[in-house]
Amino acid sequence: MNLTSLYQEVILDHNRNPCNFGILADATNVANGHNPLCGDELKIYLRMSDDNTVEKINFTGRGCAICMASASLLTENVIGKSTKEIQDIFQRVHVMLTKGKIDDDLGKLTVLGGAANYPSRVKCAILAWRTLVAALENVVDSVTTE
Amino acid sequence: MFEQNKIRLEFPILGSSVNGNQLVYLDNAATTQKPLQVIHKISEYYENNNANVHRGVHFLSTKATNLYEDARRKLQQYINAKSSDEIVFCRGTTEAINLVANSFLRTRLNSGDEIIISAMEHHSNIVPWQIVANSVGATIKVIPINKQGELVIEDLPKLLCKKTKLVAVSHISNALGTINPIKKIIDICHAKNVPVLVDGAQATPHQLVNVTDLDCDFYAFSGHKMYGPTGIGVLFAKKEHLESMPPYQGGGEMIKMVSFTETEYNDIPYKFEAGTPNIAGAIGLGTAVEFLDDLGLEQIELYEKQLLEYLTAKISMLAGINIIGTAKQKTGILSFTLDNIHAHDVATILDDDGIAIRAGHHCAMPIMSYFNVAATSRISLSFYNTEEDVDKCISALQKVRKIFA
Repeated sequence: MNLTSLYQEVILDHNRNPCNFGILADATNVANGHNPLCGDELKIYLRMSDDNTVEKINFTGRGCAICMASASLLTENVIGKSTKEIQDIFQRVHVMLTKGKIDDDLGKLTVLGGAANYPSRVKCAILAWRTLVAALENVVDSVTTE
Repeated sequence: MFEQNKIRLEFPILGSSVNGNQLVYLDNAATTQKPLQVIHKISEYYENNNANVHRGVHFLSTKATNLYEDARRKLQQYINAKSSDEIVFCRGTTEAINLVANSFLRTRLNSGDEIIISAMEHHSNIVPWQIVANSVGATIKVIPINKQGELVIEDLPKLLCKKTKLVAVSHISNALGTINPIKKIIDICHAKNVPVLVDGAQATPHQLVNVTDLDCDFYAFSGHKMYGPTGIGVLFAKKEHLESMPPYQGGGEMIKMVSFTETEYNDIPYKFEAGTPNIAGAIGLGTAVEFLDDLGLEQIELYEKQLLEYLTAKISMLAGINIIGTAKQKTGILSFTLDNIHAHDVATILDDDGIAIRAGHHCAMPIMSYFNVAATSRISLSFYNTEEDVDKCISALQKVRKIFA
C-alpha cells in the first residue's frame, strides 16, 4: 500500500479542476451512477455522432477524489471513440483495478491503477466507467456499484 | 481515574500495528474492541462447557443452561430491569426492533394509524417501521431536528394523536452523538398512552441505563458495541407487552407442546428465542457488562466526556473543519467535514497512519440530507482511547489538508 500511488498529482489535479464538468444541454444519452456505500453520485451526458462515436461528453455529481478524477480522466479519454472502443477500454480499466496490474496501453488512465491496492476504493474508481457504459446503452435506471 | 495503560493491556488488538503504525482505533460507534476477559470467556465456554441449553438432562447441558441464564440476569441488572423474564436475547439492535415491529406493532396497527420516529434515526430504526406501515397502510411521522442536531421535542405533543401506535427514538445518535432527553420523551408519550421503543445501541456502552426509571416499553441494544461479541443483543420489553405479543419466529425452544394441529408456546422470554440461541455470545456479553461495571459507568462517562472536550477543542483549531452535530448533550462521537475533501479520502489517508475512523452516511442517510452533505467523517471514542490517540488523529488530518492543498 502506498498513499502516493493512490493520490498521484494527476488525480489531485483532476479532482481540483475536473474536465468537462457541467450539464450538456443537447445530450443524446444520459445515465446516473450511484455508490450507495459512500453516497457518490455521478451523471454522465453524451452527445453521440451519426457514426456512433462520442462527439461530446460531460459529467456532474459529487464524490471522492478518486471518483471525480476517474470521471474527469474518462471524459478526456473517450471523445471521438466508438462504443466498441470504449467497451474495450472499460474492460482494461476493470482488469487493472481488480487484478492490480498496470496496463501501459491505457496511457494516462494508468494513474487510476493505484486504487487497486485499496479494495474499498476500487468502486470509487469504477463508478464513472459503469455510468458511461450505462449512458452508451441509454439505461434509464441508476446504475450502482453494489 | 483510569489507569489507562492497564486498561489498554486488556485489549490485545490495541497493541497491533496497521501500515507500520500502532493502531489508533477511533471507530467505536461501529463496533468496540473486545477485552481479554470476554475473549477468554468465550473460548473457555467452548473448551469446557459447550452443550445445548434448556433441554439436555446431562451434566454439560445443565452447566451451559446455568451460564446462559446467569448472563440473562447480568444483563437484567445492567439495565435495571425488574425481571430477567423481560430480557430477550436476539442478534442485536436490528433484530430487536424487527421483533417489536412484527410481534407488537403489526398486531395493533391499522390503516391510517401513525408511528412516530425522529429525524436522526439509524436505518435500523426506520426501515422495520416502514415495512410494517406499508403492509397495512399506516404512516410514519418524524420529530424534526435543529441545526445543532438536537430533537425539537416541543413538536412531539403536536405529532402525537389518537392514531399514534408507537414512538421509536434513539437514546443517542450514532451519526451526531446527540444524547436525547429520552425520559422526557417517554413521559410525554405515556401521558397520551403511547408506548415507546428506545434504540439504545449507542447508550449502553457509555452511560448508566435504567429502564425501570425510564419506564420505557422497549429498549434495544447490541452486544458488540459494548465490548461484547457480535451476533448477540438484547430486547428489553415490559412483561405485560411480552405476554401479549405473539412469537416472532417459530421453532424449537419457544414451545411447550407441539402437535400437527396446534402449538402451545413457551413462557416469556423463551417464546421469543426460537432455535438454539447464541449461547457463547450471551455468556460473552454477560462478561462484558461485568467488565463495564467493574470500570464503573459513571467514570467511563466522565472520562469519555473529557476526551470529547479535548478532541473538540483540538479539531476546532484546524482550518476547514465543520463539525456536524453540536448538541449541548453529547457522547464521544464527532462527525465532521474537512474543506470539500470527501470523507472517504480523509479516512483512507488516516488509515495510512494506522488510524481507524468511519467515513460515509453512517446508516443515517436522512441526517446527511438534512445537513446537505453526502458523507461525513466520524471519530468515535472509547475509554481506552487517549489524548495521544487524538493528537495522532489531528496530525493526520493536517496531512490530509496538505495532500489536498
